[in-house]
Amino acid sequence: MKVTKAVRRLAALLAPVMLLLAGCTDNMAVLDPKGPIAAQQRDLMIISTILCCIVVVPVLLLTAFIVWRYRDREGRKAAYTPRWEHSFKLEAIWWGIPIVIILILAVITVKGTYALEPSKPLESAQKPLTVQVTSLNWKWLFQYPEQGIATVNELKIPQGVPVRFEITADSPMNSFWIPQLGGQMYAMSGMAMTLYLQADEAGEYWGSGANFTGTHFSSMYFDVESTTQTEFDQWVKEVQAKSPALTSEGYKQLAQPSTEQKLTFSSFPEGLFERTVTKYASGHHHSPQLKEQEPADSKTPKPASHSGHSAEEHQ
Amino acid sequence: MRENVKSFASEFFVTGDPLIYGADVSIGLTLIAVVAGMTYFKKWNWLWREWLTTVDHKKIGIMYILSAFLMLFRGGVDALLMRTQLAMPELSFLEPDHYNQIFTTHGVIMILFMAMPFMFGLFNVMVPLQIGARDVAFPFLNSLSFWLFFAGAMLFNLSFVIGGSPDAGWLAYPPYSELMYNPGVGQDFYIWGIQISGIGSLMTGINFIVTILKMRAPGMRLMKMPMFPWSVLSSCIAIIFSFPILTATLALLFLDRYAGAHFFTLDGGGNPMMYINLIWMWGHPEVYIIVLPAFGIFSEIVSTFSKKKLFGYKSMVYAMMIISVLSFLVWAHHFFTMGSGADVNAFFALTTMLIAIPTGVKVFNWLFTMFRGKITFETPMLWTIGFIPCFVTGGLTGVLLSVAPADFQFHNSYFLIAHFHHVIIGGVVFGYFAGLYYWWPKLFGFKLNERIGKWAFWFWNIGFYLCFMPQYALGLMGMTRRVVSYSWDKGWWEMNLVSTIGAALMGIAFLFQVWQIAHGVKHSAANRDTTGDPWNGRTLEWSIPSPAPYYNFAVLPNVSSQDEWWEEKQRMEQGGAAAQSQLYTGKLEPIHMPKNSAIPILMSACCFVAGFGFVFHWQWFIIAGISGLAICMLKHSFNHDTDYYIPVEEIRSSEASKGRWTV
Amino acid sequence: MASIHSAEPAQHANIPQEQHHDHPDLEGMRTFGFWIYLMTDVLIFGTFFAAYIVLRGNTNGGPGPAELFELNGIIVSTFLLLASSYTCGLAVLAMNKGKKRALMGWLAFTAILGAAFIGLEITEFTHLVQEGATMGTSAFLSAFYTLVGTHGLHVCIGLIWMVAVILQLASKGITPVMKRKVQTISLFWHFLDVVWIFVFTVVYLMGVS
Repeated sequence: MKVTKAVRRLAALLAPVMLLLAGCTDNMAVLDPKGPIAAQQRDLMIISTILCCIVVVPVLLLTAFIVWRYRDREGRKAAYTPRWEHSFKLEAIWWGIPIVIILILAVITVKGTYALEPSKPLESAQKPLTVQVTSLNWKWLFQYPEQGIATVNELKIPQGVPVRFEITADSPMNSFWIPQLGGQMYAMSGMAMTLYLQADEAGEYWGSGANFTGTHFSSMYFDVESTTQTEFDQWVKEVQAKSPALTSEGYKQLAQPSTEQKLTFSSFPEGLFERTVTKYASGHHHSPQLKEQEPADSKTPKPASHSGHSAEEHQ
Repeated sequence: MRENVKSFASEFFVTGDPLIYGADVSIGLTLIAVVAGMTYFKKWNWLWREWLTTVDHKKIGIMYILSAFLMLFRGGVDALLMRTQLAMPELSFLEPDHYNQIFTTHGVIMILFMAMPFMFGLFNVMVPLQIGARDVAFPFLNSLSFWLFFAGAMLFNLSFVIGGSPDAGWLAYPPYSELMYNPGVGQDFYIWGIQISGIGSLMTGINFIVTILKMRAPGMRLMKMPMFPWSVLSSCIAIIFSFPILTATLALLFLDRYAGAHFFTLDGGGNPMMYINLIWMWGHPEVYIIVLPAFGIFSEIVSTFSKKKLFGYKSMVYAMMIISVLSFLVWAHHFFTMGSGADVNAFFALTTMLIAIPTGVKVFNWLFTMFRGKITFETPMLWTIGFIPCFVTGGLTGVLLSVAPADFQFHNSYFLIAHFHHVIIGGVVFGYFAGLYYWWPKLFGFKLNERIGKWAFWFWNIGFYLCFMPQYALGLMGMTRRVVSYSWDKGWWEMNLVSTIGAALMGIAFLFQVWQIAHGVKHSAANRDTTGDPWNGRTLEWSIPSPAPYYNFAVLPNVSSQDEWWEEKQRMEQGGAAAQSQLYTGKLEPIHMPKNSAIPILMSACCFVAGFGFVFHWQWFIIAGISGLAICMLKHSFNHDTDYYIPVEEIRSSEASKGRWTV
Repeated sequence: MASIHSAEPAQHANIPQEQHHDHPDLEGMRTFGFWIYLMTDVLIFGTFFAAYIVLRGNTNGGPGPAELFELNGIIVSTFLLLASSYTCGLAVLAMNKGKKRALMGWLAFTAILGAAFIGLEITEFTHLVQEGATMGTSAFLSAFYTLVGTHGLHVCIGLIWMVAVILQLASKGITPVMKRKVQTISLFWHFLDVVWIFVFTVVYLMGVS
């Protein structure tokens, strides 16, 4: 009776693990990094898992052993010491082991935290490409200030070139995440957050809005394509030549709550991104990045798109 | 006129979804049935006298647990609806807005209206019995706490049929929760439901700290106290330091929405980040508040069913106190990705990791309590043993999340969802179920059917792993939380389907539990616990009859060791017929008791009315509610006749009817 | 086990016991509980102070502290509240000497000073609102009204409470229960005074300077 129970319990524990191993080795985006940031983050995950397992695996085995050996039954040979309640040596061991493990992990974490600080430029011979990201309800606007073009829900980057994302929101707080390239960064109104990422190889990836922003939040996936520099330049030229311009009026339209397909624009109003940031930044705590971009007294235009978030959208 | 009424009604009541109409009808029918039944059996007077106005901590505890079960049902239905929607890609079983409401109410209900009352229920029924007290320090306040919780919970649930549910997630981050993006009344229901019940929680925290510090039986020094009251003490300390922050924060959000203030708005100079800091200064301690008592319960059970003293008592106490303090120093790990900078992130990552140390120590101590014990596998122990591997692995993923730079990849993903369900269900829910099974005979005087209980356990346990292990994988595949659907090309559907099947198994487990209770009630006469000590217990609650008499202890016990009742039994066995009790040496004396009071339930009703007024901006409701509240408080203040004495004769006959204290 | 137990204590029931532990010190516990409550209230005020400090620069183009506050009126308010704390202390002294009339008199005087303080605060708020500085003007003003208003609300509740205590004293006299009630209201009152000192410093003094 007891035996079958133990077997069943083991099966219950193992089944999901087997499923995990069987089902999803191929599309674990986070464990299949395509850029230096995501790769380092993956390594950190693996190191910390191994470190934890030094304690966790023996504990699991010990649990099974103890529960099995000291179960109450007729003719049991194992010792029974009802008054044994303290052992300085043993307790010192299990205060000690976690402390040591956590210390090691702490060193790794602190180092990693400084090394992977998102606003830290990536070391590279290439000059970084800047992309200004705006979270709108419910679409992403990407502006390429150096190229003068803009896209919606579609991000193209050259491979092997560090990309400096400047991230803000003209919507509730969102989070900008491309799992295969690296960790996410919040998109917040009134602030411009910096995130450096890089794709090492050409390929198609995807990104998403990771923080809930309302009704059609689930539609905020976007395609990420990394190409060679030549192909990228080619694409920029094409957009400049063929796509329509994004006007101020057009941006107002775009900022209205809706979902969008992919769009490209050959130009955008100058200073659009900066205006989006500063329109919410009056009297705010400025993020350091913002301070370097904007003098404290900025020309604050009237927030126009507030009316866009109409009541019936949020019932 | 008719048009006015019609347009009012269509805005006031939630309309448009067949699911909601169905729920409305069933709620209405249930209410009618309850009212009719109560009237037919003439139970209103009994209900009012014995339950609604009671100040008896055991009855209040039972009402808490009953409410928690109802809320577990509602939260569970929410969960199943969500899992159904996510079972396959591109389903449209639920509309996005409806889905958003459901994940919000699921979170709020499970944490604040299920886990909290379940926990307070267990505090109430067991803390006084375990420390040898006849009541809590402030019985009137205790009743008020319960009714405030109940009013808050009802106000929150009312949003299901009136006005519309909140949809901004369980912590309602601004700016999304502000009027600008969220003009409906759902968010106001959220604020006032939590605010009213939160004030009740705060008072419970104060109540139990005073109870534990001031009302222990003679001889029970703090270091001789059972582990559960210790865990309650550590949890209550966290409550009194964190719930005021919640009260203040919700008040600020309320002022934003009601009075046009600019605390967390995007315009006017508001600062949404401040809300996120404040809410997590409460929110993180909150999860330790609910898990610490579960640790206490496991400690009691593991020792009882291993028939062995708890190993490393002092370590356990220090570990819990350290956890209680550290829980206040980790809040920013909930937003490593908001650009706080490396210094801040490194600090909070370290404090978070530190918590793993005392938690790990506790696990070792539980294991070594079982080591060289005689383990039996009754349902309370099953839940406890099920908890250990679950919590250890859940703790592992917690440490992974605390590695700040890696958290940039885990944050907001299903990895996080899997982690907190893993530890909250595996820790808190398993713990409370274990406690409920363990103390059930003491509460109700009969034992539950073990067979059905084991079915429930295995369905829960297997369903639990099936439901949440795949979610770790989904997180690593990049699936983010709160998405209403996903496309086929992401390759997420297998894991989601498995997860949904697991959730269904947990739903079945819940049905088993309901069946088990119904079965227990039906066969209660056959399964009566006449000994008062069905598990061969170790602590004071097992030394009195089951169910405990309303005055708990006929004479107060004299305590000299941690497992006083077990020691007493040892002494009795060794001493043979001549042995004398060292536990109960006093003589019967009149017992001082608090009188029942209708004021707590009336005050809560006033809070409900005022809260409703705040939600709908109905000034006359607000005025009525607040004046009612003031009148009740004054009435209570002017009433100096709040207690009475039970005469010795009554105690004697009551004890004799349970086969004790016979002359 | 229970069978052993059930027979046992009966023998002891006859043994006379001098000491019995039946009575926890109810009034002492209530005072202790009230101290814990005050601590939680400190945290509520602490949160509002924190919000004020974070937001006080965010004037949204509206008036700032230096333009709005008139220190003279505030100094009078402060004096009133400090004096009321002193008279509240005199009330407790009178109670300890068993002088019921003096106790009630000093409490009433305390309440009058408190009411005057509230009167001044209402005047100040009305004046500010008339100048166009409302809750919705800026984050700074939201935080200001909330912090100072919460203190004022506490004082109002304290006033009602104090009147209730005076009325009860009139009918019940100085009983142990009434002693505890007077002690808790006086604790509350001193607490509000301390909070006001911080409000005065952080909001007004630091605001104008």
